[in-house]
Amino acid sequence: MNNEWPLWEIFIRGQHGLSHRHVGSLHAPDAEMAIKNARDVYTRRNEGVSIWVVEAKHIAATAPGDKGPLYEPSESKVYRHPTFFDIPDEVGSM
Amino acid sequence: MYAQMVKTASSGVKSREEMSEQERVFQDKIDADIKIEPRDWMPDDYRATLVRQIGQHAHSEVVGQLPEGNWITRAPTLERKAILLAKVQDEAGHGLYLYSAAETLGVSRDQLIEDLLAGRMKYSSIFNYPTLNWADMGAVGWLVDGAAIINQVALQRTSYGPYSRAMVRICKEESFHARQGYHIMMKMAAGSVAQKQMAQDALNRLWFPVLMMFGPSDKDSVHTAQSMAWKIKMDTNDELRQKFVDQTVQQIEYLGLELPEPGIKWNDETGEYDYSDPDWSEFFNVIKGNGPGNVDRMKARRAAWDDGEWVRDGLMAHARKKAAAKVAAE
Repeated sequence: MNNEWPLWEIFIRGQHGLSHRHVGSLHAPDAEMAIKNARDVYTRRNEGVSIWVVEAKHIAATAPGDKGPLYEPSESKVYRHPTFFDIPDEVGSM
Repeated sequence: MYAQMVKTASSGVKSREEMSEQERVFQDKIDADIKIEPRDWMPDDYRATLVRQIGQHAHSEVVGQLPEGNWITRAPTLERKAILLAKVQDEAGHGLYLYSAAETLGVSRDQLIEDLLAGRMKYSSIFNYPTLNWADMGAVGWLVDGAAIINQVALQRTSYGPYSRAMVRICKEESFHARQGYHIMMKMAAGSVAQKQMAQDALNRLWFPVLMMFGPSDKDSVHTAQSMAWKIKMDTNDELRQKFVDQTVQQIEYLGLELPEPGIKWNDETGEYDYSDPDWSEFFNVIKGNGPGNVDRMKARRAAWDDGEWVRDGLMAHARKKAAAKVAAE
């Protein structure tokens, strides 16, 4: 039987109330050990206040080839940005 | 460096005409400084060379714990002990970041470790030199980590995304390592005559082995062109070595120590320091496995792997049992 510990992806919430952010990966036999190891590896210098761990095999991802169909359509929709609209200065802040 | 003499898997740099369409798209991304990510298409040779380079880099971080781990129990004060412990723990983390980066290329960490233990992969030549006394802890942190920083700062811009991100993280922690080492040297250089002599001796002994970390001279370095075109090597060995010498001389002078060898002289024409070449036959001999510490280092790594097997297996068995019980209960 292959006894290599599975791979976990580690997400940490930083000090300032931001979302959890992917910081790296590590191997661990189970979730509990993954959290303990993540604490040792990724928060030794006060980098975080909360840890999520997810076994890497459970993450679904887009393929690099999907880039065109997925993201190009939004390139032509500049009106989705507030700067598209010219509002006169007299109107005040908006 | 921490990765020395990495054999580039390539038959030479291809011209655009010789490249396939996929290879051209790939090279264009690299030239435009767009990172290559794990699931992007990449040439087999790029992947193979990166696995070798990142793997060797990872092995160096882990083996590099041994010469310093040797002194944790003998640090002169509790504070120095805590600092050294933190540094050595960082090195384990650096090894982990790099193994993780290598794994994104489709190789398993256990496989890389087995390749090291079987002698199919290498680690940096510097860690085959012994650390004889406490002054060596100063010199290693200052010079070895200092040399590593020069290489790793450049590698933050490398083309492979996971490798680049690992370098960013490592560089942040590495300057703590260099500073704590220099701080030890400052203390000893300002201490008793005997302490100052120890500091001088450590500098003299480690100087050439540290220069060797950057790998052979450019004229003997056969792997450079393709690795530079792929941006997995950012500067040549001699460029990095020169940078190291130029920044270190000033640091030696501040300590009030003698320069470690008489060839170091300011050159007005080049605007850089001249220095003597290390004995390259010694370097190749250490790489071949005949350095003063090669046998002990590999013995320690094999013992750690073999003696730890029951722990790895036991924790895995426990995790499987718990997972099965949870399924049964649901």
